[in-house]
Amino acid sequence: MTFLFRRRFARARDGSYTVRLDEAERRLLAELPTQLASLVEAQPGDPWLQRLFPTAYPKDPDREDEWRLLMSVDLHDRRRAQLATLAETAGATVLTEEQLLGWAQALNDLRLYLGTRLEVSEETELEDFEDEGDGQLFLLYTWLGMLQEETVRALGDSL
Amino acid sequence: MGAVATTAPVEVERPEVGDVTVPDVPWIVIVWNDPINLMSYVTFVFQKLFGYSREKATALMLDVHQKGRAVVSSGTREEAEVDVFRLHEHGLWATMEKDGVGGEGTG
Repeated sequence: MTFLFRRRFARARDGSYTVRLDEAERRLLAELPTQLASLVEAQPGDPWLQRLFPTAYPKDPDREDEWRLLMSVDLHDRRRAQLATLAETAGATVLTEEQLLGWAQALNDLRLYLGTRLEVSEETELEDFEDEGDGQLFLLYTWLGMLQEETVRALGDSL
Repeated sequence: MGAVATTAPVEVERPEVGDVTVPDVPWIVIVWNDPINLMSYVTFVFQKLFGYSREKATALMLDVHQKGRAVVSSGTREEAEVDVFRLHEHGLWATMEKDGVGGEGTG
């Protein structure tokens, strides 16, 4: 019997997760979170930030203001922490469950940023992009989605 | 992840009328469809945050996907705020409102 396909993330008996990625993939995963974190700091008010920091009270502006005041700092901290987890452990061959969850969240943050910027729909395909740069970003978006799908599958083994 | 609850707002709303206990109208937490979040991830987040079974979490995810929105939890305003915060932390598009206020419908 042979394995046709190797899982990138696999849960070990002790509850940790082994990670199998090549060097180029790991380099990318170390760089992308830092880039996104600096964008979040540098561009307040950009439309894609609305997707990363959504409205809680769409029908109640007063409570929304109060919510932003109380929660937005915490949410920024959390987001920064999960992006930092991915950047700092991108080279690791073993992750704790909490770290892998941080990966899943950070991969999602990156996809939310790219997907909103590229205005993807559920039907978007590579051929839809005339601009070569956007096409490259869409390939990156697709790859991040595939990785995230695998982290979710591995984490699901713990539920 | 349980530590999230400690970051909930410290504000406490006290009822104006002291003697009578009026049952509070519950707040509902709504998750909206978006083209980016993976179906598997949304299901996983529902299981993890709310302790729902895989079946229930999958049914809610499919509601979000097919009907555009689903009510995923309800409770006091403070409880709903904690849930919305944790959903936002996981990248889901969640809002809250008082039950029965209605609104955008299911489009």
